[in-house]
Parts: sequence; structure tokens; C-alpha cells
Amino acid sequence: MESRKKPHKAKEKLNNDTFWGYLFIAPTLLGLLIFYIFPLFQTFFYSFTNWGDFGNYSWSGLENYKAMLDNPKIWQSFRNTLIYAFVMVPLSIAVSILVAVLLNQKIKGLTVYRTLYFLPVVTMPAAIGMIWKWLYNSDYGIINQVLAWFSVNGPDWLTDPNWVLISIIVVGTWSVIGTNMIILLSGLQGIPKSLYEAASMDGAGVTYSFFRITLPLLSPTVFFVAVISFISAFQVFDFIFMMVSPTNPAIDNAQSVIYLFYHYAFVIGDKGLAAAISFVLFAIILVLTIIQFRLQKRWVHYD
Amino acid sequence: MDRINRPRKYLIHLLLILGAVIMVGPFLWMILTSLKTVGEAAQVPPKIFPSILQWSNYVEVFESFPFAGFYWNTFITTVAKTVGQLFLCSLAAYAFARIKFPGRNFFFVLYLSVLMIPPQAFLIPQYQIIANLGLLNTLTALVLPGLFSAFGTFLLRQFFMTLPDELEEAAKIDGCNHFQIYWKIMLPLAKPGLVALAIFTIIWSWNDFLWPLIVNSSPDKMPLSAGLASLQGQYSTNYPILMAGTFLASWPLILIFMFFQKSFVEGIAMSGKKG
Repeated sequence: MESRKKPHKAKEKLNNDTFWGYLFIAPTLLGLLIFYIFPLFQTFFYSFTNWGDFGNYSWSGLENYKAMLDNPKIWQSFRNTLIYAFVMVPLSIAVSILVAVLLNQKIKGLTVYRTLYFLPVVTMPAAIGMIWKWLYNSDYGIINQVLAWFSVNGPDWLTDPNWVLISIIVVGTWSVIGTNMIILLSGLQGIPKSLYEAASMDGAGVTYSFFRITLPLLSPTVFFVAVISFISAFQVFDFIFMMVSPTNPAIDNAQSVIYLFYHYAFVIGDKGLAAAISFVLFAIILVLTIIQFRLQKRWVHYD
Repeated sequence: MDRINRPRKYLIHLLLILGAVIMVGPFLWMILTSLKTVGEAAQVPPKIFPSILQWSNYVEVFESFPFAGFYWNTFITTVAKTVGQLFLCSLAAYAFARIKFPGRNFFFVLYLSVLMIPPQAFLIPQYQIIANLGLLNTLTALVLPGLFSAFGTFLLRQFFMTLPDELEEAAKIDGCNHFQIYWKIMLPLAKPGLVALAIFTIIWSWNDFLWPLIVNSSPDKMPLSAGLASLQGQYSTNYPILMAGTFLASWPLILIFMFFQKSFVEGIAMSGKKG
């Protein structure tokens, strides 16, 4: 009796768990399948199609990928995005580490500083673009007006092809410092105080402690911030769209990959080319993320 | 930490104040500009304070654009997405963390893979689905794809994993089913995780730009972000009006942040640790 009942009960419980498990994941699973997973394959398919005027498309093989290689604007947009990511991410991390270290001291007004530094994080990127477009205004913008006090003739920040990407990098950096600082600060607070005390008893200075204790022990957090920042930097769009209009003379030096993706997919309606662009971007992000994980052994300390 | 000597303390404050000016200055300048006349805004050298506060700029924004509607659209879609995500993600997260069922690992990896793909790779078909359902220029279009979040599921699953088993065991002996355990025991315990997810969803939903730009071109169904873009289209160089609109679009989230600062900071910090 006993031996026959046991497996039966266990099986029933198992079925029970299966039922509840699938019931619980069903809504999100269906939503993800319909709106994310299936669309991914569809986008991949579209990247091999040619789109007509009325939303008709036909198979065109590798035409879109060839067209990408022949299109200097697309090359330029990838170049802009790579420069943006490779300058903005290290710059913003360096500034954020500095801010986080300063905020990790015993001084008054910490919460006030933290609040102020965090403001851009809760401001919509479209609004950030609008604010900075005004600050950058070449005639009446406050930046050039302040420079004029020092007799410096400020450039046309957003319409000069030589300056526009730098201007965009500044805004990008300014808007992510808050997030990075908070994550880094929580990493800093996990470093045992006794290490610093021991170091200072041995006569170590501030710089020594920073490079020998803080940085190595903070490296896992820095790694996390770097991976996340790179991924989002490659998708930069909102504030560039607000600051640099399609008629801006410096547009070619400013537009990011997503800016061009939006243009081809939803302004011109060349969804095949846009799909190809988004897949190449996906591939680049994937490869760079894998490289970052490979390289982490060289500089990230997990102990 | 050891006591900091006085000159060093001053240096730290000096650096932090300098940084704060750079972080907050743009916002102050936005507010000051929004209260100036066009002439004052374009004065050289700059006039810091307007001689008369031009509240009429704000009136003009409301009169020439359906800003009240922008607020409603942004608010209602943010609430819908946040409540929806909290419920749907926590259900799935509970299953992934606490129930053993065949295929669990496979599906979890599937969710994770969605997390790693840049969202633009989904956009074209998502747009087509919304268009085919006849949902362009509706609030449903703004909410739909964002209801389902692999990120939210992952975040909450990580949180559920840290909770102790004992309570659950006791409830099982008392004959509770999984939904009862989830609803009565797990959800109350998961409050910090739910708050963190709510904060991420609110920030992301309120500020979302590209998706509304694509699906809702009619002004009465736009959220604030897209509304700001069309405001710029109309008042291209009238900066006092543009700054008034920008302020109107961004103050609610800033205010919410001021009130729930601690939760915001903890939520962001938590994502860093869990990741």
C-alpha cells in the first residue's frame, strides 16, 4: 500500500508544479514571444528584403548589407556611434568614480549633493536635448556668453561638423553620471574600512589607498557599469534627435546609428535597410560585450 | 573612516559644489529662460533674471498644445505599464525562482536572451503588429509591448531567490497552492524588489521617446516626450516657450524623485548588485 501511494503522490505534486509554473510564466512568455522573440526573427528576415512604396517587400538577398557598405552616411553613423561610446563611457566612468569617492567621505550635505547629481537621471532625454540645445545656442546660449567674458569666441557647438560630436558626448556624459555614481557608491560602501585603516597605519597616502585598495576592490562594480554603459551608449538617440535636426549642416557628423535607423525605417520607409542596420548594430554590441567579458580577467578582481 | 583634516574637507566641498553647478545649472537656466520675454532671452550680455516674470509663456504652451492631454496620456500609460509589469513579472519571477517545472531553465534563458538584444531589433515588427491591430494613435499602443518585461522578470527572480524557504514550506503543509503562497507570502516579502522595479518602469515609461514617436503621431494621443518634439517643431527658436514646455514635461518625475529619493537610490544600487 505504502509503496504504491508514494510515487503516485509525488507524481501528482510534480504535475501540480508543472501546471502552476506554466500558468505563472504564460502571460509574460506569450507577450515576449509575440512582441520580442518573433519580431527578432522577422527583423532578421526583413534585412534580406527590398521594400516597395506600399509596404510590399520581396526577397533581395544580401542587397541591403551591400547597400550599407556603399553608403557613406551609414559608415559615418557607425563611426559617430563608436567614437561616442568609446569616449563617453570611459569619460563618464572616470568622472563618476571621482564623484562617488568624494561622496563616500564623512562630510556634511551628502544627501543634497547626491540629489543634485541625480537630477539628470530622472529628466527625460528629450527634455535634456531641448535644454542643452539652448545652452549650446551659438549666439545667445549661456555657454558662449560665458566664454565671451573670458574673450573666447565659442564655436557653433551643434552646427559645426568639427564640434557637434564633442557637444553630444558632453551631454551624454552629463546625463549618466548620476546613475553610475549611485552604483559605484554602493560598491564603495562594500569595501571594508579596516583596509584603509591598516594602510594609513602603514603610512600610505590617499593616492596609494585609491590605486591599491579602492580601484581594485571597486573593479567588479566598474566592470558592471562599463558593460551597461556601452550597451546603452550604442543606442543613443533621444537627445541627439532633439538637438540636431535633419536640416542641420552638421547632421552627418552627429547622427547615431539609431538616428539613421529611425530615418530609414519610419521616415523613408526602407524597412529592409533599417532592419539590416539594426542587425549589424546588434552584432557589434554582442561582440563588444563578449570582448569585455573576456578582458575582465585582466583587470577585475573578484575576491 | 579616519577624521578628515580641514583643508581637505574644503577642497572636497569645493569640487562637489563645482560639480553641482554643472549638474543643476542647466535646470536653473531652463526655469529662468521660461519666465523671460524672447527679447530678454536673446540679450547680450545675458540677463540673468527676467524683469517681469512671464507666466504667460506657460499659458501659451497650454493654449497652443494639448498639454493637459499630454499629461493624462503620460500618466495613464505609466500607471498601466507599471502595475501590469509588477503583476506579470512577479508571477513569472516566482515561477522561475520557486517552482520546479520541466523546461524552466530553457525558458529562463529565453527571457535572458531578450534582455540582451537591443530593443531596436524588435521595433519594425512591433510597429507592424500595432498597425495591423488598428491600434496606431491609441493609448493601448503606448502600453502594449512595454507590459512584458524580461528585465523585470529577471530583477524580481533574483530577489525571490534571496528569500528564505521556511515560510513557504509551512504554507505548503497548511495546504496553500502556489498562487496563495505567491500572493500572501512572497509578494509582501518582495516589497523592496517590487519598489525597485516600479521605479525603473516609471522612469523608463515617463521618458520613453522613440516608441511614442513611431506609433502615435496624433497630438491628442501623444505623451509628454513626443509632445515636446512637436512643440519644438512649431516654436523652433522661441526658447522661452520651449523651456516652459520642457519644464512642464520634466517636473513631475523630478518631484516624485525628491519624495521617494531613498527608494530611487536603493533601487538603482540594487540593480548594480544583482546584475
